[in-house]
Amino acid sequence: MRHTITLRVNDEVWPLDVAPSDVLLDVLRGRVGLTSPKAGCERGDCGACTVLLDQRTVRSCLILAVEVDGHEIVTVEGLGMDGLTALQERLVELSAFQCGYCAPGVILSATELLAEAPDPTREEVQEAIAGNLCRCTGYASIVDAVLAAARASTGAAAQEV
Amino acid sequence: MTIALDLAYVAPTSLEDALGQFAGADGSTMILAGGTDVIAMLRDDVIQPTRLIDLKRIPGLSSVEIREGSLHIGCLATFSDLLASDPVQDRFPGLEEMARLVASVGIRNRATVVGNICSAVPSCDAGPVLLTHDAVIHTAGPAGERAIPIDQWFVGPRRTAIEDGEIVTHLTIPVPRYHHGAAYARLSRTRGEDLAQASVAVLVEPGYRYRVAFGAVAASALRARRIETLLAGSGVDAETIDAAVDLVRDEVAPITDVRATARYRLRMCEVMLRRAVIAATGRAAGDGPRYDVTLV
Repeated sequence: MRHTITLRVNDEVWPLDVAPSDVLLDVLRGRVGLTSPKAGCERGDCGACTVLLDQRTVRSCLILAVEVDGHEIVTVEGLGMDGLTALQERLVELSAFQCGYCAPGVILSATELLAEAPDPTREEVQEAIAGNLCRCTGYASIVDAVLAAARASTGAAAQEV
Repeated sequence: MTIALDLAYVAPTSLEDALGQFAGADGSTMILAGGTDVIAMLRDDVIQPTRLIDLKRIPGLSSVEIREGSLHIGCLATFSDLLASDPVQDRFPGLEEMARLVASVGIRNRATVVGNICSAVPSCDAGPVLLTHDAVIHTAGPAGERAIPIDQWFVGPRRTAIEDGEIVTHLTIPVPRYHHGAAYARLSRTRGEDLAQASVAVLVEPGYRYRVAFGAVAASALRARRIETLLAGSGVDAETIDAAVDLVRDEVAPITDVRATARYRLRMCEVMLRRAVIAATGRAAGDGPRYDVTLV
């Protein structure tokens, strides 16, 4: 039996008709047309399919679309509505990615971290992105960029005070 | 890759409704919580259910709180919920240490503690720690409610003491004495991704009363009672620890698989038991390693 569900994706309301076996990742890519969540290992290990579900990172390859009826999903496309975020700017400046396949997942994981811990330690950054496998960079420049973004925003906040 | 399966999905909004729909269902109906195991197994064609009963629309099942002297963990509580919980941070440092080592943030945000012990893979992280804490698993089903001590829960790889039509509603864990120490040592190849190749949990309460459990080195997580008896009443002098380490080979039964050889697992259990006993004992005395320092 098919289900009619409503997803709120990057602030747009998407009524969708789905089969129970339809995986969220496939629905986002094939039906909603968002290609930043990537199909990598498709078993929850690599983090390429990461999306924010109600502001928390999840593996969209391990979620059925019917499970998240009525919930809010944000992908990288939805982060940059007004241009790149400060985090994305730092990642670009430091050339933190090479092939970029892991980038959407890394960005969302780091975004979740910075929302919860605006001034994280290097270890906290490493732990936050430990589930996002990058085979190009060795992670060092990614971690540097996340820390730089955190310093910039907490520094700016301090100036405002 | 999509799931090629004719699947029905229901999301009841009360436990009574869920139990009603599950009662009398054949083996092809499965309960869905976080889904990090169920959906992965669906995709790998390991399971072929025809119907999923999703519990996530039922309110009130994700609590992590102290009730009547025990920590109550609802069946929808995730590992992230555990890490964010004040009572866990205050009174269950060993649970917190374990939860932090489970997979990655993106999995911990979705995977439930109860689901972890219901999947009951030999390498499940919650198993050994819950064994050392004498957790009790509470089920509801056609024959009413049951409370199952965790040392009677695991009956084999992916097999538990749950009966047809039963749903695990929550776990309870007695609050340990204030001056207890715990340690969870977990061997894996990479952070954030890998299943445990072997793991050891230790809990020590005042009077040097030890509880010890192993994961991923037998058909299911297991209590090591001979080691507990040997350690009981004594501190961590070198002779006692050596004797405890000598008993590891009698307690565990590791196998060789794609992730590690039996010999390596056994040797690492010996190493990790030594470290975990010393760490837990030190923590109980207030001078052990911090809980966020990994032991392996």
